[in-house]
Amino acid sequence: MPTCRIDGRPIDVNDEGFLTVYDQWDDSLATVLAGYAGIEELTDEHWKVLRFLRDDYPARKETATLRRVTAVGGFDMKELFRLFPGKPAKKMSYIAGLPKPKGCV
Amino acid sequence: MTEILETPIIPDFGDTKKPDAAGAAPSRPVRSKFQGGGEPQPAGDQAGAPAYSGPRKMVFIASKGNLDMAYPALIMANAALGEGIETHIFFTFWGFDLVTERYMDDLKFTMAGNTAMHMPQAPTMPLPQIMGVVPGMTKFATNMMKKQLDDLEIPSVREMLDIIVASGGHLWGCKLSFDMNGLARTDLYDGVEDVISATDFIELSEGAQVIFV
Repeated sequence: MPTCRIDGRPIDVNDEGFLTVYDQWDDSLATVLAGYAGIEELTDEHWKVLRFLRDDYPARKETATLRRVTAVGGFDMKELFRLFPGKPAKKMSYIAGLPKPKGCV
Repeated sequence: MTEILETPIIPDFGDTKKPDAAGAAPSRPVRSKFQGGGEPQPAGDQAGAPAYSGPRKMVFIASKGNLDMAYPALIMANAALGEGIETHIFFTFWGFDLVTERYMDDLKFTMAGNTAMHMPQAPTMPLPQIMGVVPGMTKFATNMMKKQLDDLEIPSVREMLDIIVASGGHLWGCKLSFDMNGLARTDLYDGVEDVISATDFIELSEGAQVIFV
């Protein structure tokens, strides 16, 4: 597994670039990752989603799918597509420092 | 000591802006395991036909109305939308039940004619086809499948359609099926954008990957 220098420190990632170590992530890193994912500024709305993903992960050891973010997190699907345009599930999990979701739905 | 890459690996987000010179170094090209290891091929295939070079677009044709066959198109369409792909579903023939209010919440699964049906609790137990026509068997099989879908937290057909529409997917009804079933627009699920002809479908699917279910 490669290690990249992001935000001035070594970060472990997989071959696609997703973070592999939960605790290497922090808010400052998220803003850098957001920039890489084409999101210039993380608003409060972005942060709410990212916090949900971060809080949901440890118990399940699996990143929430879009469906779970809406059904359990209570977020609106259209809103997610607006906040993380294009590939929302990949973008939000990348910025949250989590693996990309595995679930089909 | 592991080597630290100064150039970050960035996943393929399709629309990602590369980090500019003021920020980090440009990203390295990333290939997922599905993209093959070879060099990118030039546009156009060997036969000389020009390759479609616009944004990826997918059209699913949902032609079946059994509960089990409702899901392939819905799940793949939902996945396509999550990948930022322009996605359409065309409901035709038996598939029209998926967007007909009267039937869509009550699709059924039958083991009749399905030799791939097994009891999850007893996978090796033979299930003779004759059992498929035993009264009550379809109801039993339907309930069993619904429970399995529930256990896996797969949404109902209606809820899948709601998600697809909210994600920007387009739903189209087939004109011929609509007429054959003697339906009115008010009989249809609200998310259906229009009832369109075969010709409309051909126009709609230009440049798309078409998947028949």
